[in-house]
Amino acid sequence: MQVQQKLEILADAAKYDASCASSGAKRSGNGTGVGHSDGMGICHSYTPDGRCVSLLKILLTNYCTYDCVFCVNRVSSDVKRARFTPQEVVDLTLSFYKRNYIEGLFLSSGIIQTPDYTMEQLITVARTLREVHSFGGYIHLKAIPGASDLLIEQAGRVADRLSANMELPTQQDLVQLAPDKKIDVIEETMSQIFEHKAEADEDRKTASSRATVKRFAPAGQSTQLVVGATPSTDQEILATASHLYGNYDLRRIYYSGFSPFPQGDARLPLRPAPLVREHRLYQADWLMRYYGFKGEELTTPEQPNLDLTQDPKLTWALAHREFFPVDVNKATREVMLRVPGIGYRNVERILRIRAYHPLSLEDLRKLNVRLKTVTPFVTTTDHTAATTLDAMHLPEAVVIPAQMQLFDAAVGASTGQI
Amino acid sequence: MSLGLAYRVRIEPSFSAWREEARLLLRQGIAPDQVELVSTEQDHAMTFGFAPAPAPDPALAIQKPSVPKAFFELAEIVCCHKDPDRWQLLYRVLWRVQHERSLLLNELDEDVARMRRMDQQVRRDLHKMHAFLRFRMVSTPEDPEEHYISWYRPDHRILELAVPFFAERFAVMQWTILTDYASASWDPQSRAVTWGPGVPRSEAPPEDELEGMWRSYYSSIFNPARLNTRAMKAEMPVRYWANLPELNILPQLLAGAESRVGVMMQQQSSLSANTYVPNDHTLPVLRDAIPRCEGCELYKPATQAVFGVGLAHAPIMLVGEQPGDMEDVEGKPFVGPAGKVLDQIIAELGFDRDTMYVTNAVKHFKFVQRGKRRIHESPNLKEIGACRPWLLAELDAVQPQVVVCLGASAAKSLLGAKFALMKDRGKIVESPYAPRVVATIHPSAVLRAEGETKQVLYNYIRQDLALAAQTAGLAG
Repeated sequence: MQVQQKLEILADAAKYDASCASSGAKRSGNGTGVGHSDGMGICHSYTPDGRCVSLLKILLTNYCTYDCVFCVNRVSSDVKRARFTPQEVVDLTLSFYKRNYIEGLFLSSGIIQTPDYTMEQLITVARTLREVHSFGGYIHLKAIPGASDLLIEQAGRVADRLSANMELPTQQDLVQLAPDKKIDVIEETMSQIFEHKAEADEDRKTASSRATVKRFAPAGQSTQLVVGATPSTDQEILATASHLYGNYDLRRIYYSGFSPFPQGDARLPLRPAPLVREHRLYQADWLMRYYGFKGEELTTPEQPNLDLTQDPKLTWALAHREFFPVDVNKATREVMLRVPGIGYRNVERILRIRAYHPLSLEDLRKLNVRLKTVTPFVTTTDHTAATTLDAMHLPEAVVIPAQMQLFDAAVGASTGQI
Repeated sequence: MSLGLAYRVRIEPSFSAWREEARLLLRQGIAPDQVELVSTEQDHAMTFGFAPAPAPDPALAIQKPSVPKAFFELAEIVCCHKDPDRWQLLYRVLWRVQHERSLLLNELDEDVARMRRMDQQVRRDLHKMHAFLRFRMVSTPEDPEEHYISWYRPDHRILELAVPFFAERFAVMQWTILTDYASASWDPQSRAVTWGPGVPRSEAPPEDELEGMWRSYYSSIFNPARLNTRAMKAEMPVRYWANLPELNILPQLLAGAESRVGVMMQQQSSLSANTYVPNDHTLPVLRDAIPRCEGCELYKPATQAVFGVGLAHAPIMLVGEQPGDMEDVEGKPFVGPAGKVLDQIIAELGFDRDTMYVTNAVKHFKFVQRGKRRIHESPNLKEIGACRPWLLAELDAVQPQVVVCLGASAAKSLLGAKFALMKDRGKIVESPYAPRVVATIHPSAVLRAEGETKQVLYNYIRQDLALAAQTAGLAG
């Protein structure tokens, strides 16, 4: 099979992994090979589905011995199969990189033979790039759950980021749809990554010369959760997310809305999870990581799923009206972060500016704050929200109508406005 | 300040040229409203109406201007903006900073806001240049050395700002970046840049053969079910597209996406009996509905669908593979030679088949025609999966204590594709669909076996059925 054909098959097979980030690891040019990384991440192109193309994201092979129902590459699926040699992946990465198409490589694989064997293959590619070609670009390797601790350590020495995919939020979901995957095995791998990284970071901190201490996965680890393939609620998903962030210091969790694929299993939903659900989960995830919200604040036992029609921050605000109005000229950072319509960057700007002069609504507008959303919740020099807070129809007044889903239109099952 | 009357200073488009002029103006105490700083790029013909330099004002003169570091950092970026007014703006802010020390922190000030906006625009342009510039590899038989060349048009004058990024990243490559106003070449031996004049787009290098490979990659990585060209254009405005080799196949990709989704949906739905299985899981309703099933292709050549038979709430459910030649004609499971073997074992154990429920993992006969004979062919995993909803509905209706999988196909349906029959037969195992499952050999294996093996296999089935009966609480 020609490399081009393999590329088509193995890129297609990798597209269900949402991650394509190349940020989080600074790497200077080394003078002997191509590549550096400024830590910010660069999207070299965007696909027609609006996603960033930053890395050459491929599978080494889509042969797999596992039978995860939600995965297009499961053993019982009759998709076309292909397998790259490690050298082919090395050559492709370098050729694309030299033409400024990509920031680096994101290499994953079906499970062939054993987790250890698969992990070794991935390490071979990354090591060849780093050691033979002095490649300084970004490398993201899939950490194969169940691979030995020694291999995880080797992988972290050559990769910028490692990720072990959880895929499904509960053990029960995994039993149903991914009989070969076990939550404790995946978490064991995450914990190995966490410990190696903590150790390496500690060594670098105490070392007299940082250059002599080898780094371990400087961009940390991430994982992916598939949303909408099982009936698990957002509450359960966010609980899993909090647990993972808390215990393994994950940089990011990717939420990938389940999308139907050729030869899917009858146990799967026929229709994709609404994109907006994925979007709400990302918003909730940001609220947990940057806005000081706890996962359990965002859903309730009666409403275990995020409201699809509005931002989870707004949902929280409408349920906690006693918290408002917030005076933008007096409130602390923590309090202001909870105001719908004010992002964390603007909170910082407001704190800076109000040291020189108090802010009016017009000043907020200059900061590109959406006044319609924010006025019911804030007090400024020229406005107080006290009267509007109890007004009728507040949710309708502040909610931005959602965009129609393109996909729904495509299958003729348009639901119109969500 | 009326046109033509102001004192005018012409600035070469570079930060150092502006800095020299600004320093002179500050030293003379010339306020920003007494002078007009214009760019030489825009000021070719406008040589009329110069006012003489205003008299230096010693009271306002600043000999040692104090300039915050933040101003320098901002100004170095802003001076690359193409706005002709930038030199004037920079001077005005510089002048004001002399008296208002914390001016730059006030983002609501009009001048500061404008400077920051320009700073952002230039930085964004720079980021896009790092992202969207594409090199083409050029090498000729005469000069086999690889030379990477790019033609790119930034919105602002940012080539100088952009070069350090490429110099660090591609230090070992020989490369050249051409723009319409300037060019830069990197030599990997001396590690130095040579600057040159701009060239038109027609000077861009010819297509690189690797672009075909890149297009293949680009076409394969998007999900056609999630088209969102609005998001795509927001991040990658159309003006950049001419430069991107992957974008010239966009129309085909968009046109193909809808049909790809259709195929995906159809393939997925056509491979399941799901839509044919009634919600009411009672045996008469199910039996009534199954003749209409077109959940996979097997219904076409088969005579009829063969549904399960037996006791409605039997403690034991036997699941075979699929109907055979005789079953297909008669419409009942296990009425052929394999059924005889099964009956014999059941009788030996002291039971009656009528007290059990007997069915198959796949409800239609799969075969290949050889002359007049129809030769049995095992169903594949896809077909087993497609038919599983019927089996699950039967399980739901009968609610047996124990399920016995006769053969690998039934075991695959309930215990997963990797279930190893010969290794794990004769054990009580848990399936996602039934709490207690025993897998054993299919009775037809006994028919095919020869010599001593025949009896061995026969005994296996007998032992495993006995285990199932015992587990279900039946006394033989």
